[in-house]
Amino acid sequence: MIEFGIDTTSEGIGVVTPRGRLNMVSARRLKDLLAELVDGGTTRIVVDMGETTFLDSSGLGALIAGLKSARQAGGDLRIARPTPAVHSVFEMTNLDRVLRARDTVEGAFDA
Amino acid sequence: MSRRLLLIRTIVLATALLGVNYVAWRWMFSVNWSYWWIAVPLVLAETYSLIDSLLFGFGMLRLRERGQPPPAPEDLTVDVFITTYNEPLDLVERTAVAARAIAYPHRTWILDDGRREEMRDLAQRLDIGWITRSADWAGHSRHAKAGNLNNALLATEGEFLLILDADQVPSPDILDRTLGYFDDEKMALVQTPQWFENVPDHDPLGSQAPLFYGPIQQSKDGWNSAFFCGSNAVIRREALMMLGVSRYVGEVEVGVHRALRTARTVVRSALRGLDEDEVLVRDALEAIEYEVGKARRRLGRGEALFDVTYRFQERVAAVRRRLVSADLEALQADLAVIAELEGIAADPDLGLATVDEGALRRMSQRDFSPLGAVDTVEALVRAVDVDRGDEAQAIMPMATISVTEDMATCMRLHGLGWHTAYHDEVLAVGLAPEDLQTMLTQRLRWAQGTIQVMLRENPLTQRGLGVAQRLMYFGTMWSYLAGFAALVYIGAPVLYLAFGVLPVQAFSADFFWRLIPFLVFNQLLFMVVANGRPTWRGQQYSLALFPVWIRSVTSAVGNVWFGRSLDFAVTPKTKQAQESLPWHLVKPQLWAMGILVAGAAIGVVRLAVGQAEPLATGINLFWVAFDLLIFSVVIGAVRYRGFDPAVHGLPTPPPGSCDAPDRAEQVARIVQRHPQEPPDRHDHHDHHDQQHTDHAQGAS
Repeated sequence: MIEFGIDTTSEGIGVVTPRGRLNMVSARRLKDLLAELVDGGTTRIVVDMGETTFLDSSGLGALIAGLKSARQAGGDLRIARPTPAVHSVFEMTNLDRVLRARDTVEGAFDA
Repeated sequence: MSRRLLLIRTIVLATALLGVNYVAWRWMFSVNWSYWWIAVPLVLAETYSLIDSLLFGFGMLRLRERGQPPPAPEDLTVDVFITTYNEPLDLVERTAVAARAIAYPHRTWILDDGRREEMRDLAQRLDIGWITRSADWAGHSRHAKAGNLNNALLATEGEFLLILDADQVPSPDILDRTLGYFDDEKMALVQTPQWFENVPDHDPLGSQAPLFYGPIQQSKDGWNSAFFCGSNAVIRREALMMLGVSRYVGEVEVGVHRALRTARTVVRSALRGLDEDEVLVRDALEAIEYEVGKARRRLGRGEALFDVTYRFQERVAAVRRRLVSADLEALQADLAVIAELEGIAADPDLGLATVDEGALRRMSQRDFSPLGAVDTVEALVRAVDVDRGDEAQAIMPMATISVTEDMATCMRLHGLGWHTAYHDEVLAVGLAPEDLQTMLTQRLRWAQGTIQVMLRENPLTQRGLGVAQRLMYFGTMWSYLAGFAALVYIGAPVLYLAFGVLPVQAFSADFFWRLIPFLVFNQLLFMVVANGRPTWRGQQYSLALFPVWIRSVTSAVGNVWFGRSLDFAVTPKTKQAQESLPWHLVKPQLWAMGILVAGAAIGVVRLAVGQAEPLATGINLFWVAFDLLIFSVVIGAVRYRGFDPAVHGLPTPPPGSCDAPDRAEQVARIVQRHPQEPPDRHDHHDHHDQQHTDHAQGAS
């Protein structure tokens, strides 16, 4: 099963940490969660994937949907600390060519 | 290695050596240059045929007969999709009833692109699902069957999908016999044969494809290139969804590049229209021009695209805020135009290109006020960044670049490293067109689709495919170019017989000793790989349909390179009046036969009066006779009045190389249980093709 850690930094950046497997069921929760954050005014979001052990296409779909709504609200969504499992999915779908994963959560919005 | 494979490899090798030996000799020593205008086309046609034979042989080196399938694991979730547009209700019903009766636990869905009330009632009555396009698709390109499947993928959640055309009645064990292959976690797709029950054993229209659904697919399978053929296949959902994400990425990349290029043009033209004293505005526009250039350079260096567009949009927004006070009035006129950007990204047929270039060009030619120019730039990049606003779904797993979505989708899956398998056992029984007109339209459509894929995503240059995979895809595309070679093979003997024009230097012993062993081994290879399956009908049609193949190439080139319509308007919806035989459909073939016969007659006269060589005349007469034998297939096709079990008897299913013990009985049961209905699939395809055609026109 998966659980999501949710924090807000002092700069107002939302940090979402999926712990466990991001598959079809949990992706739906992630998608809703990201949408709620954006609706609530947190338009800059970091998804910390350091504890995500598995990611499938529906997980990617949730991330893209979150990115889309964050940008429409004038913010952005950044990915941080991908595990090897996550990274290989990014590579396989070429998503790494457009969405650069950050090394740290703290520095995710630095550049 | 099995003895069969060893034998095949030996023959392949011998055929290749003999073929290269012959064609090399032809080029170097036997072209009659004084008649170069026919000599060169002939040697080119022969070279074409040699390459065709080499590609065929290369595949056969790895012929893979998989035998019995691994047992199906328990507890997989499966959705069975029946795609329909306007087929008769009872046709869909018998497929749906059989699909519901599939033994492995699953859910059955009718994917009803026609959105018909009676189909919904049918689904309700059978207690199966009914899926129509979601509201998102309103006003968007529907992408025919590919769109129908893409829509259903988002409405269901099974790990695996079985795809069935409306007429393909599945056997109850279809899933038990195929799911086992997915133990390989890289396995994306398992294709099974398409076999038709309404075709007499002499198959006048060449509907069955015993060589393709058999050794050809098995040879591709050996190189991990088994093709997806649109129906009777089980697919891993995750593979399709991954594919969808990767295509989304590709299309966003193309779209952003185009948008930035247009943005630069817009800004430059706004700059040209400025007065000397508008310093503030000029600074702003120059700042944006600089940002556009910078964004393009950063993309060129390989920086992540979303980072680049994010920074770019921030900068442009900042510039825009500085300008807002400048000229609100001029902006009003521009706003209307900018609003059109919503619709700019409508390029349904190209798929690869998110943004319609024609619309971009019009956009860049307009005179904007400075602020209008800035807004345009912003909107342009936003239109293609992240959100593919043009498409009903941001993620479209099934390829939409061609009227044959199956081949393109499969090639992309292979490009991402997935595996596919061909399972050689008839597990669904379908209905083939029963009249020549419908058959010709269907073949034209397949050929056009294949050529479209070749022109848009040439397998020889696709990233991610191995060399052998590239050759397997290319081989199929190459074989569709046969129409041009056929013209030469018809013309050459006639030119000699009627006019004494000899494209080769001499019919010497050398010639025979090089050509005949090659021809013999080529036929031997066919015989051995076919292993008792009939191949003659297929060989006949591959030459006899030369007008179809030629038209498929010219129309696909016109469509892909010049944006012309595929021109499908030829088919009347109502059946031809049955009193008259449709000779007009094969006019080019009848002309060819007439010319061949006339040429032969003149040749005989010329021989009698001593104007021609006996040997050369004899060879060319033999050649003409062979051509006529090939073309004779169209006579039977024109005269064919459809399938009648009382006259033709029930057809014999081909023995698969891994049949379940009671397979023959099962197929016979399916064939006998259902009354024969004239198939109406043709209308279905025709309508969809028409849609494609319309979009191709719209995009040009």
